[in-house]
Amino acid sequence: MKALSQKRRHPLAAIALLLMGLLVTGGLYAVATTVNQAKADTTTYSASDVEEGGKLFAANCATCHGMGASGSQAGPSLVGVGAAAVDFQVGSGRMPMQMNGPQAYKKPAQFNEEQTKQLAAYVASLGPGPAIPEAGVLDEKGDAANGGELFRTNCAMCHNAAAAGGALTRGKFAPALAGVSGQHIYEAMVTGPQNMPVFSDANISPEGKRDIITYLKQIEANGSPGGADLGALGPVSEGLFVWIAGLGVIIAFTIWLTSRTS
Amino acid sequence: MSSNATPDASVFVAKTSGGRITDFVDQRVGGSGILREFGRKVFPDHWSFMFGEVALYSFVILLLSGTFLTFFFDPSMAETHYAGSYTPLKNVEMSVAYSSSLNISFDVRGGMFMRQVHHWAALLFVASVSVHMLRVFFTGAFRKPRELNWVVGSVLLILSMAAGFTGYSLPDDLLSGNGLRIIDGVIKSIPVIGTYTSFFLFGGEFPGTMIISRLYMLHILLVPALILLMIVMHLFMVVVHKHTQYPGPGRNDGNVVGYPLGPVYAAKAGGFFFIVFGVVAIMAAFFTINPIWNYGPYDPSPVSAGTQPDWYIGFVDGALRLMPGTIGDWKVEQVWFGYMFTFNVLLPALVPAGILFTVMFAYPWIERWITKDNREHHVLDRPRNAPTRTAIGMAGFVWYCVMWAAAGSDLIATHFHVALNDVTYWLRALFFIGPVIAFIVTKRVALALQRKDREIALHGRETGRIVRLPHGEFIEVHAPLDEYKRYKLVGFESPAPLPAVPNEHGVVDRKEKRRAKLSRWFFEDRVAPATPAELEAAHGHHGAHEAVEAAESQKTLSH
Repeated sequence: MKALSQKRRHPLAAIALLLMGLLVTGGLYAVATTVNQAKADTTTYSASDVEEGGKLFAANCATCHGMGASGSQAGPSLVGVGAAAVDFQVGSGRMPMQMNGPQAYKKPAQFNEEQTKQLAAYVASLGPGPAIPEAGVLDEKGDAANGGELFRTNCAMCHNAAAAGGALTRGKFAPALAGVSGQHIYEAMVTGPQNMPVFSDANISPEGKRDIITYLKQIEANGSPGGADLGALGPVSEGLFVWIAGLGVIIAFTIWLTSRTS
Repeated sequence: MSSNATPDASVFVAKTSGGRITDFVDQRVGGSGILREFGRKVFPDHWSFMFGEVALYSFVILLLSGTFLTFFFDPSMAETHYAGSYTPLKNVEMSVAYSSSLNISFDVRGGMFMRQVHHWAALLFVASVSVHMLRVFFTGAFRKPRELNWVVGSVLLILSMAAGFTGYSLPDDLLSGNGLRIIDGVIKSIPVIGTYTSFFLFGGEFPGTMIISRLYMLHILLVPALILLMIVMHLFMVVVHKHTQYPGPGRNDGNVVGYPLGPVYAAKAGGFFFIVFGVVAIMAAFFTINPIWNYGPYDPSPVSAGTQPDWYIGFVDGALRLMPGTIGDWKVEQVWFGYMFTFNVLLPALVPAGILFTVMFAYPWIERWITKDNREHHVLDRPRNAPTRTAIGMAGFVWYCVMWAAAGSDLIATHFHVALNDVTYWLRALFFIGPVIAFIVTKRVALALQRKDREIALHGRETGRIVRLPHGEFIEVHAPLDEYKRYKLVGFESPAPLPAVPNEHGVVDRKEKRRAKLSRWFFEDRVAPATPAELEAAHGHHGAHEAVEAAESQKTLSH
């Protein structure tokens, strides 16, 4: 103790104190916020999966994402994006990209399930990242009402309250969510593909995500109770419909009524 | 007057009991006189004259379906938890107003249908009012003596928009709440009085707990009562003025050619009501409108993509979307004397609508001032025969449509795969140059059509038959028009520019000079209808051709 008190006026004491303080706060923060970190991949992939995935990656993805997925001018590094990101992007056909543009379009998947799994295994082996969700959160048996509230608060501003999609700036857009699998919805939320933000487990808990998927699947199954939904796009499609179909039919009738029989 | 107490043979006694009852009523209310007068009213036949009727019938449908909805709707903003049968909202906290709207949709028998009838009829109501006004404008039906009826019609348009908007806000779902929030923002952007007005309207800070019940009172009481009053005035004036008619042989400003109200038009109009009702009912049965269950309860934090007002408020929403926040480096939102002036909301929300409605109300007087035309007009103009008016109308129409399209800019972007920013930039440009292009193009098209009409009136219709004359000349044979068709092409007024006239002091004042300038702008490139002398001359010409042909054939025969 004495030695410590003697050294307290040492020229480097302030720096040492500062370093200590930074280490403590940084360390505490790191411990306290592990919830924000992507959970390490718990799925076990065999070494052959990783190896096959690496080959597929080199042949199909490395042009843009670089050898070893370290990224290039044309595409970002994939170290740490996790298996979930690969399963979403490749599984929904968005990757490999058809062409450069504001956003990758959904299209028929280029790789089968086995190949997608191998690619995911390879990318997951590069660094820890979000894993493919477990079946428990995809059972569509959550609380739909809570999911609806979460959806309206977090998702509706881009995806539309009826999940019909919406426009973003400069040619980007939020796609419609009908027909998207629960697994892909979950993966999109944890990885934030394209222009979507990441909704980490601190932001929306896995139970919340399960509720959102339940809600989306439920409104999809419900269909449109009031008749044809006109794209669920709101007053614009309704206005278009009343002007073209409604008024159009009525004009046809007025012409009929005022035509002479002769 | 005979004072005989005994019944004599001259007193009419109906033979049947139905007749006697009718006679009893008639002697006390004088119905037959009214019926005789109205039954003889003559209405001309044209499809474009029926939009006013469509509007009237939509309004009747609105009253009927609206009454049904009031039985079940509760305009309270008290909080409740949804306990109805739509499971995705089960136990969600919401207002009683939204909960009762959901109950109408899912738990009241026929409620969903009636809600959709009411909403589709509302959209159709404003649409038919608008189309009716366009017809009246483009045919010049607003001219003397109908200027005041044009004003009443314009008030009806505004009232129908007010009725629509107050109704749109009632269900208290996310969409209607977002709409109200925009209105609140517009009100608050008014300098000085804005915030006070907003607090007065909402009973405190937005959204408060009052607004739904207040809008409800306006929606079911005040606005419909005013609409009804205006409709009565409108129809009264239609009866006083008699109906306008399109130009044609035997039609002039002193008569109306058509069918009498009774029985022909009474039957047609009665049937037409059921046709309109049927069309609305089919739309309501098969196409959903305003699916409030999709939107969830209103909460000021979430805003859904694709949030738009109903179509008739769309042009204001579009103008708001088009307004830039900064122009160059200049911020449109300014702080002056320590107060915030949000011109980026105030200007687009109030100025375009203000210009549109001011010009709309004032137009009959503007045109009357320019033309100094104080005569009554009961025969309509064909739009091509008033090129400048038609062009002004189209410029306004295109301006409106640009703003209208801007309200759907996000959907244009997603559905046509273009960038939202580009849609906005193009529409901003069109906001300024669209009306100019529309004016020039419309005027040219109208003048070209008039020239074509004149050509046909003078030289007849092209038959496509080419004849070679013996000396080698080729001519296309023109078939002359019959008189009825020709009348339509030549029987219109084409006012010439009216030069400035000195006033009673012998002075041409500045206002008169301005009027003369406008008059020149209106009519300088007019196409005059073919005069009888020109027609005569043209026919003489044809006669010469025919004489030549006849002589030629005579020659061949004689050979």
